[in-house]
Amino acid sequence: MKIVESLNEIKRDALGVLLQAGKRADRREMYEYRKTTVQKGILQNAEGSALVSIGKSQVMAGVKFDIATPFADRPTEGVFSTSADLLPLASHLFETGPPSAEAIELARVVDRGIRSSNTMDLNSFFIEEGKVLAVYLDLYILDHDGNLIDCSALAGMSALLSARMPKIENGKIIRGEYTGNLPLKEKVVTCTFGKLADKIFLDPSLDEEKGMDCRLTLATTPDRLCAAQKGGWGTFSEKDILDLFDISLEKGKDLRALLD
Amino acid sequence: MGSAKDKPVLFANGKRIDGRKADELRSIKIVSRVLNDADGSAYIEWGKNKILAGVYGPRECIPRHDQSLYRAVVRCRYNMAPFSGMEEHGRSGPSRRSKELSKVIKEVFENVIISENFPKTQIDIFVEILQSDGGTRCAAVTAAAVALADAGIPMKDMPCAVAVCKIDGKMAVDPGKEEDNFGESDMPIAYSPRTGEILLYQMDGLLTKAELEEAFVFARGAADKIRAIQVEAISKVYAEPKEERFLTIKKD
Repeated sequence: MKIVESLNEIKRDALGVLLQAGKRADRREMYEYRKTTVQKGILQNAEGSALVSIGKSQVMAGVKFDIATPFADRPTEGVFSTSADLLPLASHLFETGPPSAEAIELARVVDRGIRSSNTMDLNSFFIEEGKVLAVYLDLYILDHDGNLIDCSALAGMSALLSARMPKIENGKIIRGEYTGNLPLKEKVVTCTFGKLADKIFLDPSLDEEKGMDCRLTLATTPDRLCAAQKGGWGTFSEKDILDLFDISLEKGKDLRALLD
Repeated sequence: MGSAKDKPVLFANGKRIDGRKADELRSIKIVSRVLNDADGSAYIEWGKNKILAGVYGPRECIPRHDQSLYRAVVRCRYNMAPFSGMEEHGRSGPSRRSKELSKVIKEVFENVIISENFPKTQIDIFVEILQSDGGTRCAAVTAAAVALADAGIPMKDMPCAVAVCKIDGKMAVDPGKEEDNFGESDMPIAYSPRTGEILLYQMDGLLTKAELEEAFVFARGAADKIRAIQVEAISKVYAEPKEERFLTIKKD
C-alpha cells in the first residue's frame, strides 16, 4: 500500500512538471479529447443502447421502458431514472457490492444534465390515472481509464437517441412493438476538466485523475449550461468556470457530431 | 416457463421454430481481448445472447481469511444487466438464480484451473449478460474459458458448454428462448472436451434412458464444434496482435 501511495506521489509530481511546461503525459493538447467512438443501437432487447469509448474507457448504456406509478407530488409526469454500475470486470479498482459513492455521483451527474435540459418531455409519458411511462437509463462501465463521466454521459445520450418508443395498449407495454423514436429536444453533452498545479486540462486520463487536485464537469446544450459538478480537494475561480463554459460549448460541437 | 396455452409448435417436419435442424447450433462468435484493464477477456455472441467475460488474477486474496496456503481461490460472478431482457427493467443486485449460476460456473473452473501453482491468491471470473436469449449459462462458461486462457491462467483443459432440450417429444441441441420456455426438458452440460469429463450438469423435465443417451450424443457433437470456435478466438489474438482493445458490437 505504501509503495502504491508513493508511486502516485511520484506520478503526480511528474504530471505537474509536465503541465507547467504546457504538456501532457500522453502528448495531448490541454483541451483535447482522446480518441472517442460511438456505437449506437447495438442491442435488440433494450429499447435503446450504445457503446462509447474515450481512450481506453468503455461504457455501455441501455434504456428500458416500464409502466410505473407516478410520484405523489407529480401525478402526471413520467419517471426518469439513471443508475451506474462500476462493474468489477472494468477495473482492478472496482469491487462487487452495493453501489459506491463514486457510482452514485456518476449516475446523478449524468441524470441532472439530461433532466434539467428538458430534452425529454416527462408530461408526455402520462398514460392514465396512476400510470405513467418510466424510462430507465443504465450506465454499464466496462473498462476504466479515466473520465467516466463524459464517457457515460455520451453513452447515455446516445442510448436515448437510439431508443424506440414501446407500443402501449390497455395500460400495458407490448414488448417488441414500437411506435417510433423517443422524442428528444436537445443533445446534452458533458465536458470534464482536471486541475493540477494550477493548470486546467480536458478529459483526464486515469493517471491524471489519480494525480489531479480537482475536477469540474459542465453539462451543456448547444447554447446553455444545464448541470455542473465539482469534485476533489482543490478549487476553481469564477473566471475558470466562465472560461471553461466557453470551451465546453466549443468542444460540445465535436461531441454532438459523434451522436448523429 | 411459459404456460401451455401459449405454447407454439416447436418441432415440425424435421425443423425447429427458428428453422434449425435438431443437431444445429445457433451462430456463435467469440472475440477475445476486448478489455484493457482486465487480465483476460472475451465477448461472445451466441444466437442473440451477448455476453462479456473478464478475468483478474492470480491476485492477492482479500479478505485474508479466505486465502488457501495450497491453492488459488477461484471466484465467479454471473450478473445480468438490467437492460438485458426483452421484458421489464431488471432489478440490480444478485438474484437467487444468478447466485446459483455463479456457484455452478465457479465449480466448472475450480476443476480445470491448476490452482496449486498460485497459493494465497484469488482468480476472479466476472460474467456480464448484456443481452439474454436463452442458454446464457452455457455461453457464459464458454466465454469465461476463453477469457481465462487469454489471461494466461494455466488450465488442464478449456471447458465449453451447451444445453440439450426436449421439444415436442424430440431431442435437440442448444435451445433458444422459446424452446427453453416451452420445451419439456432442459439439460445444460459443461465438458472438459479433451477427456469428455462433465464439469457442469443440470437438468429439469422428464427423460427416458434412451432420450438421455441421445442427449449426450448431441451434446458431445456440439461441444466439438464450440471448442473449435474457442480455439480460433484464442489463436486470433496471437495471430493479429492489436495495440488497442475495443469491444465492437455489430448492429443486427
